[in-house]
Amino acid sequence: MTPTKPKVAFYWCSSCGGCEETVVDLAEAILDVVAAVEIVFWPVALDFKRADVEAMPDRSITATFLNGAIRTSEQEEMARLLRRKSELLVAFGSCSHLGGIPGLANLFNRELIFRAVYLESPSTENRDRIFPQPRYGDDGRTLSLPEFHNTVRALNQVVEVDYYVPGCPPTPRILRTALQTLLGSDLPAKGTVLAPDRALCDECPRKDTKPETLSITECKRPQDLMIEKQTCLLAQGLVCMGPATRAGCEAPCIHGNMPCTGCGGPTSRVQDQGAKILSCLTSLVGSKDDAEIDRILNTIPDPLGTFYRYGLPGSFLRRKIMSGTEGPH
Amino acid sequence: MRNRQLSHPPVSPGVFEPRIVAFFCNWCTYLAADLAGTSRMKYAPNVRVIRLMCSGRVDPQFVLDAFAQGADGVLIGGCHPGDCHYQEGNYKTLRRYHLLKRVLREMGIEEERFRLEWISAAEGDRVRTVINDMVEKVRALGPLQLNGMTEHVPEEVVV
Repeated sequence: MTPTKPKVAFYWCSSCGGCEETVVDLAEAILDVVAAVEIVFWPVALDFKRADVEAMPDRSITATFLNGAIRTSEQEEMARLLRRKSELLVAFGSCSHLGGIPGLANLFNRELIFRAVYLESPSTENRDRIFPQPRYGDDGRTLSLPEFHNTVRALNQVVEVDYYVPGCPPTPRILRTALQTLLGSDLPAKGTVLAPDRALCDECPRKDTKPETLSITECKRPQDLMIEKQTCLLAQGLVCMGPATRAGCEAPCIHGNMPCTGCGGPTSRVQDQGAKILSCLTSLVGSKDDAEIDRILNTIPDPLGTFYRYGLPGSFLRRKIMSGTEGPH
Repeated sequence: MRNRQLSHPPVSPGVFEPRIVAFFCNWCTYLAADLAGTSRMKYAPNVRVIRLMCSGRVDPQFVLDAFAQGADGVLIGGCHPGDCHYQEGNYKTLRRYHLLKRVLREMGIEEERFRLEWISAAEGDRVRTVINDMVEKVRALGPLQLNGMTEHVPEEVVV
């Protein structure tokens, strides 16, 4: 190990751990990564503590890959700390890019979530109605827990972000390319999403079977039909997010005979991925009659959860409007 | 981040004046609004009209962006079905409207805040009726409470 190697950190916030898997999924290529950089912080795999990061000089980490959305006060503190210690901060994966699956919690608030988890779930018995408290004193000792915010935020809604790596999780190939780009001398413009700026349809293996004009008369869910393996999934009546989703993943879901669910986020010309796929699908509805349009569109049982599966916090409205969620988080 | 937003009308403090963003098509509804103007019809001054070539040009992003920037209501005006200058544009709008309304409801935005109207170039009076009616309904609902989630309120046209 030479001291001149660039330093890299990995950290996770509100996420499932899938993004960490991507790093491991680099397989043999991880040896090249380890040879090229010095990993200075990676709580999932290596024994470093927060104090180790605090002891580092500011901007001494070349690049931090942070995955996960920001949900608690502790995650916010870590995001700020790593921002301060890093030259480049990379939002890694859907959750830190746009809010991801945890971002769907923005359809609720802290009170509703706590009630569901600590009171109403079938396996919970909580007669004393005890909820997590940020502070607890007992016998002269004080314990503390991070505060749970009302609203889940994407990383760039908390700190400045230099680059984004999309995907749930990003594929090893996307990560490899991103690492090469960031370690190279020619850095892309700040704010760039490190994946091709085209829609997934463009690299879809079924591209040629997409009909010139599509007319939707019913939307089906994957369990409703035997999905044909060669034909465009939209043409089979499935809600495929491909037209509104960034390419680069090489369509593993389509190869697995399942529609795209949109984890790549929008391309650079689109701000709100959900609105864009809504626009695309509804334009294709094959009717001019109010009642029939409603009938066809009602075959999409959960448009919000379908169109904003990975991007509710990063969308224009960010969260459901409800009382009890006042304040910035 | 985003910083092109609508200001609060500085009318008498404490009185809520709804801010409504209207997208009118060039061929029918905008001409109807023109007609209302040249006919000296009076209607509530709470609407900022944005002229587009066709109601079909209204990307659902425009509607969400308007709400996120502080609009209390969004109105889309297009040609009557069958009368679209581009044949099919208003049908696309109609279909988008149906689903967008559902999504907005799930996001906690009341139905009265988002409205689609077919108004032909001859129906200046209809512009007046629709705008007055919508302003009153939105006034009754009160301001859209975005919970401070979107950073708001720069300077702009005011009532």
